Amino acid sequence: MSASPAYGEEKGGSGLGEPEYGHDPASGGIFSSDYKRHDDLKEMLDSNKDSLKLEAMKRIVAMIARGKNASDLFPAVVKNVACKNIEVKKLVYVYLVRYAEEQQDLALLSISTFQRGLKDPNQLIRASALRVLSSIRVPIIVPIMMLAIKEAASDMSPYVRKTAAHAIPKLYSLDSDQKDQLIEVIEKLLSDKTTLVAGSVVMAFEEVCPERIDLIHKNYRKLCNLLIDVEEWGQVVIINMLTRYARTQFLSPNQNESLLEENPEKAFYGSEEEDAKEDKPDAASLVKRKPYVMDPDHRLLLRNTKPLLQSRNAAVVMAVAQLYFHLAPKAEVGVIAKALVRLLRSHSEVQYVVLQNVATMSIKRRGMFEPYLKSFYIRSTDPTQIKILKLEVLTNLANETNISTILREFQTYIRSMDKDFVAATIQAIGRCATNIGKVRDTCLNGLVQLLSNRDELVVAESVVVIKKLLQMQPSQHSEIIKHMAKLTDNIQVPMARASILWLIGEYCEHVPKMAPDVLRKMAKSFTGEEDIVKLQVINLAAKLYLTNSKQSKLLTQYVLNLAKYDQNYDIRDRARFIRQLIVPTEKSGVLNKYAKKLFLAQKPAPILESSFKDRDHFQLGSLSHLLNTKAVGYQELPDWPDEAPDPSVRNVEVPEWTKCTSREKRKEKVEKPFYSDSEGESGPTESADSEPESVSESESESGSGSSSSSGSGSDSGSQGAESGDRSEERRKKKKGKEGPRKAFLDTAGSNPSEEEEEEQGKKGKRKKKPQHEGKGDSGSSWEEGSVSESSSSESDSGSEAEESQSEPESKRRPTPPSSKAAPKATRKGTKEISLLDLDDYRETEARGREGTCPRSPSRPVAELGILGLPEATARVTTAPPQPASSPSVVSTSLVTDLEGLSLTDTSLASTLLSPTFSAVRTHELLHRMAGEGLSVEYCFSRQPFVPDPHMVAVHIQFSNSAEAEVKGLRVCAPRLLPGIRLQEFPEIESLAPGDTASVVMGIDFSDSTQAANFQLCTHSRQFYVSIQPPVGELLAPVFMSENEFKKEQGKLTGMSEITEKLTLPDQCQSDQAIVQRVMVAANVSRVPCGADHVYRFAAKTVTSGSLVLITLERKDGARAQLTVNSEKMVIGTMLVQDVVQALAP
Amino acid sequence: MIHSLFLINSSGDIFLEKHWKSVVSRSVCDYFFEAQERATEAENVPPVIPTPHHYLLSVYRHKIFFVAVIQTEVPPLFVIEFLHRVVDTFQDYFGVCSEVVIKDNVVVVYEVLEEMLDNGFPLATESNILKELIKPPTILRTVVNTITGSTNVGDQLPTGQLSVVPWRRTGVKYTNNEAYFDVIEEIDAIIDKSGSTITAEIQGVIDACVKLTGMPDLTLSFMNPRLLDDVSFHPCVRFKRWESERILSFIPPDGNFRLLSYHVSAQNLVAIPVYVKHNINFRDSSSLGRFEITVGPKQTMGKTVEGVMVTSQMPKGVLNMSLTPSQGIHTFDPVTKLLSWDVGKINPQKLPSLKGTMSLQAGTSKPDENPTINLQFKIQQLAISGLKVNRLDMYGEKYKPFKGIKYMTKAGKFQVRT
Repeated sequence: MSASPAYGEEKGGSGLGEPEYGHDPASGGIFSSDYKRHDDLKEMLDSNKDSLKLEAMKRIVAMIARGKNASDLFPAVVKNVACKNIEVKKLVYVYLVRYAEEQQDLALLSISTFQRGLKDPNQLIRASALRVLSSIRVPIIVPIMMLAIKEAASDMSPYVRKTAAHAIPKLYSLDSDQKDQLIEVIEKLLSDKTTLVAGSVVMAFEEVCPERIDLIHKNYRKLCNLLIDVEEWGQVVIINMLTRYARTQFLSPNQNESLLEENPEKAFYGSEEEDAKEDKPDAASLVKRKPYVMDPDHRLLLRNTKPLLQSRNAAVVMAVAQLYFHLAPKAEVGVIAKALVRLLRSHSEVQYVVLQNVATMSIKRRGMFEPYLKSFYIRSTDPTQIKILKLEVLTNLANETNISTILREFQTYIRSMDKDFVAATIQAIGRCATNIGKVRDTCLNGLVQLLSNRDELVVAESVVVIKKLLQMQPSQHSEIIKHMAKLTDNIQVPMARASILWLIGEYCEHVPKMAPDVLRKMAKSFTGEEDIVKLQVINLAAKLYLTNSKQSKLLTQYVLNLAKYDQNYDIRDRARFIRQLIVPTEKSGVLNKYAKKLFLAQKPAPILESSFKDRDHFQLGSLSHLLNTKAVGYQELPDWPDEAPDPSVRNVEVPEWTKCTSREKRKEKVEKPFYSDSEGESGPTESADSEPESVSESESESGSGSSSSSGSGSDSGSQGAESGDRSEERRKKKKGKEGPRKAFLDTAGSNPSEEEEEEQGKKGKRKKKPQHEGKGDSGSSWEEGSVSESSSSESDSGSEAEESQSEPESKRRPTPPSSKAAPKATRKGTKEISLLDLDDYRETEARGREGTCPRSPSRPVAELGILGLPEATARVTTAPPQPASSPSVVSTSLVTDLEGLSLTDTSLASTLLSPTFSAVRTHELLHRMAGEGLSVEYCFSRQPFVPDPHMVAVHIQFSNSAEAEVKGLRVCAPRLLPGIRLQEFPEIESLAPGDTASVVMGIDFSDSTQAANFQLCTHSRQFYVSIQPPVGELLAPVFMSENEFKKEQGKLTGMSEITEKLTLPDQCQSDQAIVQRVMVAANVSRVPCGADHVYRFAAKTVTSGSLVLITLERKDGARAQLTVNSEKMVIGTMLVQDVVQALAP
Repeated sequence: MIHSLFLINSSGDIFLEKHWKSVVSRSVCDYFFEAQERATEAENVPPVIPTPHHYLLSVYRHKIFFVAVIQTEVPPLFVIEFLHRVVDTFQDYFGVCSEVVIKDNVVVVYEVLEEMLDNGFPLATESNILKELIKPPTILRTVVNTITGSTNVGDQLPTGQLSVVPWRRTGVKYTNNEAYFDVIEEIDAIIDKSGSTITAEIQGVIDACVKLTGMPDLTLSFMNPRLLDDVSFHPCVRFKRWESERILSFIPPDGNFRLLSYHVSAQNLVAIPVYVKHNINFRDSSSLGRFEITVGPKQTMGKTVEGVMVTSQMPKGVLNMSLTPSQGIHTFDPVTKLLSWDVGKINPQKLPSLKGTMSLQAGTSKPDENPTINLQFKIQQLAISGLKVNRLDMYGEKYKPFKGIKYMTKAGKFQVRT
């Protein structure tokens, strides 16, 4: 690299140029050479050649990297902040971030560049400007930072929003007074629905306001559902935060068991059977009988984190493991063991941390790791710290059944060359012996054998451990005590000597003959002993004096005299104290009488405990747990509450968005395959620069799009009015939805004005409340929002029509077809209406726009008049393009319906919906901001594309909100993947300001979900855009009878068949709801079917015409099975995912 | 989160420092040096060292200590895992990760580190994304850059960053489309004195090298997926599909990556492909000991065991060894007391053996532990667990890729106690 010569040069001069490295900064010589040396760099920076600048910057960065001071170059460097060359710019940023804090005044020069950067159309530049601006730590610019963050938090690019989230803790550390404002930003970003932002904002939350747990309520479910698609680092942070959250909001799942739970000590002694009983059947029976019901949100968290145990990232696995350990019911914690054991294969640093945590867990939940006992066996090549931790775990896992294998293993360890490890093993044996009564004698014998070991350390450690063991039952072991007494001659390790002396003193009555002799020897060597031994000698002397004063009186006197003149004041002190206590004089009075009691009192046996006991009050996996002290910034893991706080705080007020996101997801689904497949709705993720803000836009669209446009119409036409209060209530709900929707309409990209939303939300809430109470705590508003299909129909009209206009309609809306006996005749009628309705509606819409009408034939407007449907007229006012279903499609489905009628009547309740689910969902192709006033939306109209039947029709709408006219709109330079073809739309010659135009173009996606990339050109500019189809849009409905369907299905088995089991949510129990959801997900037509609870759909792929058959079979309860038969396996697979997604709650 | 990073070489020089927040003086590393001194070997330096104001978390790889400085509570694995990811990234960028290479590419290293963390929180750690932001240095590119003045730094946000497949860059094009998969299994085992297996488990990985144009969607199915009950996936693998069908379905990252790692645990029976007969004797009386080992194949399914290498850490009392191998080369280092014997291939007709005597330090008693023998070997075209890939299919693209699969069994931590 070109930096390397610079590097060498630097090295040569480094000694000279470093005032901070021991040179006197005042000595001019050094300074001058320093300046000289940097002069060439300055020259290079001042030159107008980018390559020279780059070279200079590279050398400077190399200096910084090595910790050399380059701060004197600040003025020269900061000038280049606006350099065009992106690499120079980046390196200048690096420099700025490093030195701005030291040179605040000069750093201010660069601010304006960043402010300009914040407005750049390139999101990478906006983001990096914000990054640097927030990183330069100059207090004066706090207000500027605050503004920039606020602005970036509502940027349309999720990447910039992510950067804003990162900037929050930076600003907070610079000026903590901004906390309140920052919390507002955090609150806003928390509600962001992209996975990209989620991790970063939770991080900011943890750094700025971890105590504001209330901010999480509303986002809890979303975070749970997004979790799996968040990048791995974000997952760790979110999981840790949610663990804390759950501890405050839910009840302990083990509360009932805790009464029965044996104390940990008992568990240790406990036999395997006991253990098993406790773990399995007991837990199972408890589940049955206990009144405790797990909060569904609690379950949601556990369910959504479980797959992450399979993550490749050890930190994620650990985070999930601790979450399960702290939150899961006892019976379920076991799943984490396998994953943790797997981590043991990782780098030794990872092992170290994991073993620490396993050690803590294995004390509480021994049964969990027992099957993996052998994975903790120690290899001679393990680093010592790993060996000792494994030993700890092995000891914790020891019980009566496996102790013999463990002890055999320990025997091997004792012969290891690593002496620290041997010492630890001996202690471990001691612990096993104290805890498992059965093997105490075996252990003791083994340890006694070790006393004759050649290695002194081993012997010493054994002595210490034996001493502790003997204390438990001394009377039986006078032999051992005698043996140890003999060891005093050989053992030199102070601790061991002291232990022996203490033992002899304590149990001198067991060795009455030897004890005085030992004292004699010790008295002889007293002066040469270590302090700890001396103290024990005094101790022994005192005890002997009290029990056997005849033999030891003189010796004691002698020892005490020696001690009296010892160098150590502690020993002098002790000697004086003991003399007073035991030797009766006339002065010493009362205490003397109790001397015996004082010295020879029964001493309780020590308990050998794991150092990991009770460490679990720290959140596992945390730094504090590892260090066993509270680290700075550690958030305590709260105890379970006694009473669960109100679970309804997590209900999300606007019931739409969960639904929206799941719809939104469908688009992504095509290429978004991942963990979250069937479960829940994770937020949308954007795929291209060109449509960054499509989230909000298309969400609002999809919210309404999810419902049938004609469903409402048909319903209202056919059925009588329903009870007044119900429609009233709906109307209120609708209002609630109106808010955000409106806001989206008037300003694309900007968020809905909060007040409005709030106000509307309140209205909705007021009305919803009673429902809640009726439903009990398990219900939640968003569930209810989509319980029946009627709610979806109303959401449609609600969003499209004016409030007043939709009122009469809603009044006439029928009750949902729970009443199965809906007469056939009405159904027929409604069908026709729906058909007309749509067509008219498209017609009027087309008329509303000028000239550029879609090429499908128009219908007589008169029909509208004939039927006089008020909704239809109401809809004319809607602004966004509402693509219509083509006549042919409609007629197909009409035939379907008629066919169905002839076959059966049960299945038909919902067939009338089929043509109506044309994809009304529009997608952003080009945002107003990015397009400089030109905004482009597209949708899949589900009409056949007339010029080429192998193409998918894409309905594109342009609107010009710029000041100037846009001329020459056309498609150019498509960069298409092989197989994809594109039929351009005719050039739009001009589009006046404020005008809209819509066109239809055809794309042959060649049955893949690859995006079609092309450029939209105007007279002055080009925009790169791409259209990506959801898999459901690559299909065209085909009609077939049930028999045909079965025949075709028979041909497409084996590899071509994909089956998936799913559970239908409450909202999807009715036939109509299911059919509706499937049809929204894919452009298919329903196959009439005789059997109840079986739904069949057929379609063919647009390009190759391969059949795609969908069968959905409802089993008892909410379970169902989805089968897709198709030659095109990819399409089949993706379709399964999409349908499952569509049917998810 | 992560405040600063120091790179320290084996001789204790800090050769690179990077700060993501305000500067932390490098004197903080003194605590680290202290701990390093206390721990006799580099592996024994505790990964977490508390100091009065900071916490030092370190990993040791390629003879370099990567020391991260943090100030507040953070999950230690988070930092450790990240540091390992940094090392992997360097390796990916420069081929090797060594002090020399890092020093030579200090600017690229700095740029990469800058992108990886923002304010101490990981920003982009996928190598596909990083490579779009900062292109890895190649000789060709360096030449081109100096001529044309273009840069290594991308000016567009990597497409992966915003897409739902962040691990794959878009617009990948190859003339030869190929996908190779290596199934590599390592046997971790402890064999006791008598030759019986104390514990044996298999750690398997499937490493892939995928060079395919466009956005291929691959599925990989196994003959016996039941074996894989303890797995961890690359984020690209669709978990649901695996759960329900036991098929690996994924859109692969571009280039080399680890698709899957799995663990066949000690509870299952693991075939041990080799055995070691040993006779190591320290006689108390004389200053000579006998040393004899023979390696032979066992349960190899007819495959040859190659690349056999025997190492053993002899006790301190051993002064020298005079040994004769029947094949291969052996060395004994009298300073570190490390015996190594490069056996090569095992010929089942003529088993390799190593025989001879050890001279022990006179006067001292015999060591109480016999040395453990560490074994390395390789068996090509065999996955010892029996795992077999059934088929690999590609969807979403038109061309026909070249597919290849390779199996290999290796010794992991394979120890024989004597």
